[in-house]
Amino acid sequence: MSEKDMNDKVNEMLQRSETNVKKAEKTFIHPEDEEREVVAPDGSIIKINPIYDYFSNEKPTEEKPCSGVIEKFLNWARAESIWVLGFGTGCGSIEIPPLVTPRFDMFRFGVQMRPTPRQSNAFIISGYLSVKTLKRVIRTYEQMPSPKYILALGSCTINGGMYYDSYSTINRLDKYIPVDVYIAGCMPRPEALLAGFMKLKELIKEGKGEKANEYARNFDEYKANQKKIIKDWNMPDYNW
Amino acid sequence: MTIYAKLGYTLLGLFIVLNWGFLMGATFRKIGARLAGRYGIPFYQPWLNLLKNISIRTTITHGIMYYIGPVFRLTGGVGLFLFMPMVFTGSPNGLWTNFSFEGDLILILYFQVFGMLGMALGAGQGGHPYSAMGIARGLAQHAAVELPLTLAFLSIAIQFDTFSVYKIVEAQQGGFENWILFTNPFAAATIILAMLGAMGHSPFNLVKAPNEILIGPATEFEGTYLGFMQSAGSILHVMEAVLFMNLVFGGANSWIELIVKTFLIYFWSVFVGMVFPRFKIEQSVTWFFKVPLLLGFLAIIIYSL
Repeated sequence: MSEKDMNDKVNEMLQRSETNVKKAEKTFIHPEDEEREVVAPDGSIIKINPIYDYFSNEKPTEEKPCSGVIEKFLNWARAESIWVLGFGTGCGSIEIPPLVTPRFDMFRFGVQMRPTPRQSNAFIISGYLSVKTLKRVIRTYEQMPSPKYILALGSCTINGGMYYDSYSTINRLDKYIPVDVYIAGCMPRPEALLAGFMKLKELIKEGKGEKANEYARNFDEYKANQKKIIKDWNMPDYNW
Repeated sequence: MTIYAKLGYTLLGLFIVLNWGFLMGATFRKIGARLAGRYGIPFYQPWLNLLKNISIRTTITHGIMYYIGPVFRLTGGVGLFLFMPMVFTGSPNGLWTNFSFEGDLILILYFQVFGMLGMALGAGQGGHPYSAMGIARGLAQHAAVELPLTLAFLSIAIQFDTFSVYKIVEAQQGGFENWILFTNPFAAATIILAMLGAMGHSPFNLVKAPNEILIGPATEFEGTYLGFMQSAGSILHVMEAVLFMNLVFGGANSWIELIVKTFLIYFWSVFVGMVFPRFKIEQSVTWFFKVPLLLGFLAIIIYSL
């Protein structure tokens, strides 16, 4: 085999491996989300890219609080009306249902459950968080309107807990999303969760519930951390 | 009375209705909590929720209809209020008769659907599949409620030969034996049963059921939009109760009487809701097409003979 042939062969192999890599990257995207051409109702052919057409890909921006007494008043209202997203991420979510029972009754503190991220302010990361769930948590967190709060339940969200060396769970939650209140324990009792809500209320009333702005400020850093651990990143960089 | 004084009284009435609606909503939650053995939300929670919703900083948009949807809903509630005589004072131009006029019964029927249609357009533009599902269910149920309700309204209109709510209230004055509840029991029974669906509490609350289809039409709405919708919902609840009070229970001669009667009417739907579990939508539609519709037909037939 001549040197030229050899070079051609190597080049061909390189090209093939490149296309393979491209193909491998592409497989992360669901077929229905792939960039493609479709026929519009009026008969014209248009190009669509669902991931970028359906979602905003803009970075989040910091939203300035109001000034003085007004913000204090609004913070009081926010603290007394906390709507929690009904999304259990790990084993700790078993501690949430008792909160609506007569024994613990979180409603008397103004804490209510909401089924959609658009209407929620607080997000309980309940226990261990697998990488697969982290992806959904990020999407959900970014869809919640600001100001929003995160309560991290259990040791797993602090240092990985008993899953500290697991291949599939994350160890430190605040590397990926900003956390307002940690509730330590494995598992913390519902009373601990209520105490966490009380702490959150205190923080909000003091004007310290501004983690959504912190997320916007350090967006690139958070995104880099998230992308480091989520290998199959098949969503826009920011989900409105 | 000048038009400005009239406007002033109307706005004051709207303010009272809004707050009474919030208080009734909280009472409903409180009764549910007590039945479950819980302490429940504080009675002032709806005001806090409204404030919180207004204070949300992020607003997303899905287009112009998405903005207009909640406005339509509020317009439905306020429209219902504007053309409804609230307190009977013996004169059609009384302080609290608002802008009621000859033929407002038809307009009121229209305003009941108006908010729902606005929500359908707004939620439809939101593009969320659960919103669309909630809307489809809501409109299906609403159509099933409207049919017997319209028959009962027509029966009452034939009975008193008028489409004016004010005149219907006037005809019922002079003791409870003159109430439509006793003079036209079939129409009254139809309204009392159809009212359960109009109020949207259990067992007819699948439209906005939090578990099965997320939260129905409101899935995509947040912040100020949601605040708008809550206010509109409260106004609508009170106004539905006022409508049924005017049509069946002889209207009110003072605000106190109005508050007592609307609370009892509201409590009827709450009471049924606490006892019966949620219907599936096909069950609720079938139910409305069975009992209330038959009663409505009877009411029409009796009064047109």
